[in-house]
Amino acid sequence: MSRTVVVTGLGATTPLGGDVASTWAALLAGKSGAVLLTDEVFAELPARIAAPVMVDPSEILEAHQIRKMDRSQQLALIAAREAWADAGSPEVDQERLGVAVATGVGGAVSLMEQYEILRTKGPSRVSPMTVPMLMPNGPAAVLGLEFGAMAGVHTPVSACASGAEAIGYGAEMIRTGRADIVVCGGTEGCIHPLTLAAFGAMRALSTRHDDPASASRPFDVNRDGFVMSEGAGIVVLESEEHAAARGAKVYGIYGGQGLAADAHHIAQPEPEGRGVMLAMNRAFADSDLTPSDIVHINAHATSTPAGDVAEAKAIRKVFGAHADHASVTAVKGATGHLLGGAGSLAAIATILALHDRVAPPIANLTDIDPEVDIDVIVKEPRKLPAGDIAGMSNSFGFGGHDVVLTFKSN
Amino acid sequence: MSQEDVLAGLASIVNEVAGIPAESVQMEKSFVDDLDVDSLSMVEVVMLCEERFGVTIPDSEVKNLNTVADAVNYITAHKQ
Repeated sequence: MSRTVVVTGLGATTPLGGDVASTWAALLAGKSGAVLLTDEVFAELPARIAAPVMVDPSEILEAHQIRKMDRSQQLALIAAREAWADAGSPEVDQERLGVAVATGVGGAVSLMEQYEILRTKGPSRVSPMTVPMLMPNGPAAVLGLEFGAMAGVHTPVSACASGAEAIGYGAEMIRTGRADIVVCGGTEGCIHPLTLAAFGAMRALSTRHDDPASASRPFDVNRDGFVMSEGAGIVVLESEEHAAARGAKVYGIYGGQGLAADAHHIAQPEPEGRGVMLAMNRAFADSDLTPSDIVHINAHATSTPAGDVAEAKAIRKVFGAHADHASVTAVKGATGHLLGGAGSLAAIATILALHDRVAPPIANLTDIDPEVDIDVIVKEPRKLPAGDIAGMSNSFGFGGHDVVLTFKSN
Repeated sequence: MSQEDVLAGLASIVNEVAGIPAESVQMEKSFVDDLDVDSLSMVEVVMLCEERFGVTIPDSEVKNLNTVADAVNYITAHKQ
């Protein structure tokens, strides 16, 4: 059994806006959400740039909800409510409704806050919600409860590829007949001195402190690392027949996924991109597509010196001459790196690009790295062709995880 | 501190933890059946009561605190 899966709802809360519409408009305009962190707790860090969400969860959720949920869960809930409403709040048998929502680091900040309480006030003051807040499956569990999902609630974890892997997992639940609707995506809310110090210790972060808004510049010759950000991107996937039966609005068709691993290094990309190429080729096979069908690619490109070039080379090798007609964007120039939320936000941007026939430019890309021999979108949005078109969304994670998703216009 | 003051303080804690309107927290109400305070939220309510009222409420007592009145009476009797 392999059923067609369509996208019927989108939701996001990001450094560019509190919903999909504002985020998409800012992406097309090439805006940046990155800022210098000026709070005293960040003062001694080697890298002090981040991109916080534009609309804080405390502006939307009630205080008692905030105290029970880790920030990653709050952001996921906000994005998921938008996606669910966007899908028309579908009537669905709850045994046929699933959730696949991922996070990269889970409730790390809640864990640290509770450790501080343990240290200063003792064990009797540790919150009884500590475990639900820190467990990586917490965001998925919160959404499962919110919507009453009984088909299964899942959390694939693969660092910065998690959000994409969750979408692939959710799509498989529908393809194989386990569910009719799956709420899926990724979330992250872990901007904290420790996480910044830790990524900083890996020399992974940009230190462009004199110009933080342009610190994240994928494929630019002057890139010097990524910008950590936060947020969530959630999509509602649905079987084609279920969506048709209720007359749902459809954004596009899920094509397929390609999964692979680098088997190279715990954090560094494999310079020849073998795992990345394997994942792209597997995505073609799973989607019944060829490189000539793909008109647009949403690259993982995080603005690190090694990663961006390795990905660009892998794209060129896999696509060959077809790379000349596949425009490439990288949303992290604008949003920074949402870690566990990055893959699903990239998927949303890919779906919208195919749907609206326009792809956003790469924010802050002014001088293309000469080693980047692909059609990167600079400065202005790029129109995509009419007719049946397909796009690809790449997500990679520390640990060597390679996840490639494809989508098709409807 | 009067029983009324304890009730008002408890009502504000229940509101903070569970989002129940403070005015709904009345003496005869059951935490579980009427106010939808689950066992984890009850732990938080007890923690905050201990801090605010300077009482110690052992776990062996918590299971006897079925209604708001049970809690108010316990706190009134044991606060320092």
